[in-house]
Amino acid sequence: MLTELMSGNEAFARGAYEAGVVVAAGYPGTPSTEILENVVKYKSDIYAEWSPNEKVALEMAAGASMAGARSIVTMKHVGLNVAADPLMTLAYIGVQGGMVIIVADDPGMHSSQNEQDSRHYARFAKVPLLEPSDSQEAKDFVLFGIELSEKYNTPVIVRSNTRISHSRTPVELGSRREPHKVGFEKDPSKYVTVPLWAREMRKSLEHKLPVLVEEACKSSLNRIEMRGKTRGVITSSIAYQYVRDAWPKASVLKLGFVHPFPDELIREFAGRVDELVIVEELDDFLEQHVKSLGLRCKGREFIPGIGELNTTILLDAAAKMEGKAPSREVALESDTDLPARPPVLCPGCPHRSVFYALGKHDVIVAGDIGCYSLGAFKPLNRLDSILCMGGGISMAHGLDKSCEPKKVVGMLGDSTFFHSGITGLLDIAYNKGKSTIIVVDNRTTAMTGHQENPGTGRTLMGDETISASIAEIGRACGIKRVREINPYDMANTQKVVTEEINADEASLIVSVAPCVLRERKPLGAKRHIHEKLCKNCRACLKLGCPAIEGGEGKPRINPLLCTGCAMCEYVCPFGAIAPVEEKK
Amino acid sequence: MNTDQTTSVVLVGVGGQGILLASEIVAQAALKSGYQVKTNEVHGMAQRGGSVVAQIRYGKEVHSPLVTRGTARALGALERIEALRFADYLAPDGLVVVNSQMLVPVTVSTGLAKYPEDAEQRLRNKFKRLIYIDAAQKAVELGDIRAVNVVTLGALSTGLDLPLEVWHEAVAISVKPRFKDLNMKAFDIGRSCV
Repeated sequence: MLTELMSGNEAFARGAYEAGVVVAAGYPGTPSTEILENVVKYKSDIYAEWSPNEKVALEMAAGASMAGARSIVTMKHVGLNVAADPLMTLAYIGVQGGMVIIVADDPGMHSSQNEQDSRHYARFAKVPLLEPSDSQEAKDFVLFGIELSEKYNTPVIVRSNTRISHSRTPVELGSRREPHKVGFEKDPSKYVTVPLWAREMRKSLEHKLPVLVEEACKSSLNRIEMRGKTRGVITSSIAYQYVRDAWPKASVLKLGFVHPFPDELIREFAGRVDELVIVEELDDFLEQHVKSLGLRCKGREFIPGIGELNTTILLDAAAKMEGKAPSREVALESDTDLPARPPVLCPGCPHRSVFYALGKHDVIVAGDIGCYSLGAFKPLNRLDSILCMGGGISMAHGLDKSCEPKKVVGMLGDSTFFHSGITGLLDIAYNKGKSTIIVVDNRTTAMTGHQENPGTGRTLMGDETISASIAEIGRACGIKRVREINPYDMANTQKVVTEEINADEASLIVSVAPCVLRERKPLGAKRHIHEKLCKNCRACLKLGCPAIEGGEGKPRINPLLCTGCAMCEYVCPFGAIAPVEEKK
Repeated sequence: MNTDQTTSVVLVGVGGQGILLASEIVAQAALKSGYQVKTNEVHGMAQRGGSVVAQIRYGKEVHSPLVTRGTARALGALERIEALRFADYLAPDGLVVVNSQMLVPVTVSTGLAKYPEDAEQRLRNKFKRLIYIDAAQKAVELGDIRAVNVVTLGALSTGLDLPLEVWHEAVAISVKPRFKDLNMKAFDIGRSCV
């Protein structure tokens, strides 16, 4: 059998291929993004799309499923909040073609605004939950999930996380199952959730759960590994791997089919060990349930519920359980007085100019999810809040309507605008708001690694398509003042930003310039600083450009990083910055 | 803890320096040597010029893809202070290879923090087995600064128990065909620095 080293996300994609999936949809979000990017490898067999948001993705997959097509939907944890509306009712309707929703959590918030535990959604929606602990299982569980979905007429959630999605482990490849024949069969009592029929669906959903509990108890995805009776651990996902490293002698009930909880299996395991410990990342989802069965167990009082777990944390927890001091001995300590190296806007990033222009005004800036969240840090320091996708626009409107004395700006990116900014903009136009909305349109979904979106003119499958105009959408919403600017023209950017902030009505500024990291070509000649002309006023450093290094002495431009965007040349009051002369 | 049979490698640097490729080469070399391999890499937000860590573990049976502090057989740093930042990963007798390049964080440029002037001294004091090389300069001499990752890896490979021909094979299959010659040279130059 062919074995390959695959990331969890590659393996999810492979699982979709082998399961006979024909439709895949999602919205990019770390750590889930590469699932659909890998599904495209199988594009002769699977139709895949970036939907404008996760709700749309789940709904389109629900449609495909209704016709009998197998589907997967991918998103990060917060994306499932957006898709929660269709999820809750799809659980009532069920599926024809199997559907797996892959949701990737981000414990430790490597690239997220919260670390919610998405397992709760499975219980909330009353649907099965599978949790792989490596890439092999990531693949296998998609196949199993599709089968389970069809057998029990229910969408299935497969929950990943940063470490499962972005770790690479060996995977054995299999062949593709034949997809279903597709053909919608009309049956309103099955698909139309008017109360008359929805009440019946509600009952059958509830009746499905005890049957699924039985299925979970006998599932090969849940297994008892007996190694001794002193300590028994119930765990799932990546935490299983940490348990194996930290406590190699412990017995383990390894759960892959987590919800509905396999009660009998849990009771059986609890009866075979002296001490029962629950090891899970984030919330005490398993622990609460185990306790509700009347079983004594250790868990949250020894194992933290905030951030990620790791082997060291479990070693310390074991010491604590045994009443010993945690052994924090490592060979070397890391230096703790080093300068932090937070992520920053790239050299030449077009967003920088907009933040610089906003820095001239005493306004409130409601930000959003994307690279421009990096504008919150010094020295740009020109972003005052981040809530969620699209929240930049709607929060700006709320600030504006609150009688807040300062002028208000909302800022978000192109992909975010298409995701859930349009309704907020419509709200502003409809309800006569006065805030200034800036869409920093870099023609890609940059932060997650340059995915296509409705503005880019290309689909996930690589086909040419429409390029939705943000300015036109703004006008169609009813915004009268719509301005498009080139952010590299810093004088004009500042002029337009000033005019629109001072306008007494709502306005939309679309700052259009492609992401410099995606283009990967110089914007102009590299710049350098004339030692003699530089007065060390440090104005250029206020741009926060990683290419401009300012330590003790005068600033200098690192030629390896400079993209030639010339923003520093514009802000230098002494004309000390100029293009490097090309050697002839 | 059963780390005896599992070899752990940690690669650190700054987003954009090619940590992911270096990690891929180590993984391929270990695979070609017949080991089970697991890796973990950082994606997303941290790639925008932030500190980046990649971890590779190989052996007969590997559980966690993450390296436990104090257990890494080899630590490769593509920027000099990043080795100091992640020193606690290293096992007592582990090898450290540091590219002497200095990439000034924005926190330093904006006066919020200071870049330690004594970085080299700190490295020499801290690590018993240190290889400190100007990999960036060697990469530039080869014609492409981007080869800095493979130069550093070449030196780091001397601290791992994988045969040279397997390393060469791993480099060859991990890089784009048109960059193969450059990277093979970069690897050998790095290896000869030891």
